[in-house]
Amino acid sequence: MKKSIYALYAILLLVFLSGCQTTLRGTGDMGVVIERATGSVQIIETTRQTKLNQVDGLGDLSHASIVFSRDERFAYVFGRDGGLSKIDLLTAKIDKRIIQSGNSIGGAISQDGRLVAVSNYTPGGVKVFDAETLELVADIPATYGDGKQQSKVVGLVDAPGQKFVFSLYDAGEIWIADFSQVDTPEITRFRDVGKQPYDGLISPDGRFYIAGLFGEDGLALLDLWHQQEGVKVILSDYGRGSEKMPVYKMPHLEGWAMTEDYAFLPAVGRYEVLVVDRRSWKQVASIAVHGQPVFVMARPDGRQVWVNFAFPRNDTVQVIDTEKLNIIETLKPGKAVLHMEFTPRGEHVWISARDAGKVTVFDTETFKAITTLPMAKPSGIFFTSRAHRTGL
Amino acid sequence: MPDQQGQYKATFVRSLLYVGLLLLSQAVYAIQATSTELPQQRRAELHNLLLQDCGSCHGMTLKGGLGPALTPDALADKPREFIEHTIREGRSGTPMPPWKNILTRDEIHWLVDTLYSGIATGTTP
Repeated sequence: MKKSIYALYAILLLVFLSGCQTTLRGTGDMGVVIERATGSVQIIETTRQTKLNQVDGLGDLSHASIVFSRDERFAYVFGRDGGLSKIDLLTAKIDKRIIQSGNSIGGAISQDGRLVAVSNYTPGGVKVFDAETLELVADIPATYGDGKQQSKVVGLVDAPGQKFVFSLYDAGEIWIADFSQVDTPEITRFRDVGKQPYDGLISPDGRFYIAGLFGEDGLALLDLWHQQEGVKVILSDYGRGSEKMPVYKMPHLEGWAMTEDYAFLPAVGRYEVLVVDRRSWKQVASIAVHGQPVFVMARPDGRQVWVNFAFPRNDTVQVIDTEKLNIIETLKPGKAVLHMEFTPRGEHVWISARDAGKVTVFDTETFKAITTLPMAKPSGIFFTSRAHRTGL
Repeated sequence: MPDQQGQYKATFVRSLLYVGLLLLSQAVYAIQATSTELPQQRRAELHNLLLQDCGSCHGMTLKGGLGPALTPDALADKPREFIEHTIREGRSGTPMPPWKNILTRDEIHWLVDTLYSGIATGTTP
């Protein structure tokens, strides 16, 4: 009798220990895919291309985006409903979650990883939080005009020197918030940069901030190495032109592709990808493509640029050869392709097709589909390697 | 016989009115019929379009984003024709594009019905 009880204890102990045992792993090959309609995300890994875990309860994830902590363990999810959630990729649990505004559009993490900033539509402005605790560090209302109005804020990025740079859609301004000295930021305002800046990006080296203008042709360029020179409008032909082509989905600038010589930009409204000389900021070519481009993204080695398109021509992805400046492949990954993400060194690209309910992994050399992962209305795909890239 | 003549006149006018009303009601019925006769599959596509594609600017819960909120509350004081016109023709000076080359009048009518009713986001008031 006693013996059998000991045996039972032994078995229970074994079961308990095996339950405790966790496989150690790094997070460098992990990522997060947004499931926009269900308020959930899928945690994935890119080595064997599998889904690892699902995290629910993240609110309205239409137009959600993610940045990663510098240790690549935590993902900060910026939801449309003002939700800011910090997810632990290893335990697949929500570590912290706050509702920080009524309506938000994106976020960024500071150079030192200590601050997380969110850009808000309602009320318009930027809020900055402690990355560890999600406690409010600074509130920057985007006031303009008589000081009573607040502008929607877009194109928020981090910049070297512990700065955040962003654009005021309604005010036509670009602001720099400098957190290098104290947690009360020093704000530098650039007024009259152009009408309706709708998104912004920073060059991978963190030097140039560029805002796309919706209300007029051209782009607003700020050289952060020479701030005193102010904002210049470049590519004054860039835009919808005199015909004001309807745009069924705003182009996203975060993914603007920069190779050594060129920047590749989505034309606004036209079925074109524009090629711009990175030194003179003059257009050198335009490449006719399948539809209105949304994301124009360079493979990490800069040898190819991948493009997806706006509704209703959004079942297609095209690949551009960055040397010959022509299209070398056209793929049909499914209905409503929303986003693409390259593995850190670019051998694969993950592509989400919202209405097809799947993410497909393609080999970027053979263009063959390697695997398909079913997901619920997948949109943004974010890999942890972003943690170490300025502006992402 | 002026009285009788007057009576004839009145009867004539009344019957004209009846015929008119009848025609009108048929016309209204026809409009309603075409609206409700969108095939189930097309309605599902439109609902998806509303939440996902309109939602990319107006928010998936239609509480607003780059574009304004499209909840029943937000639309309560806006006339139907204004909203249908905005969808058809777009709004200059804003990113709202014209949808007339993509959606039919009936489809736009159905979308606006859906918006007003609040069933678009499954939050019937």
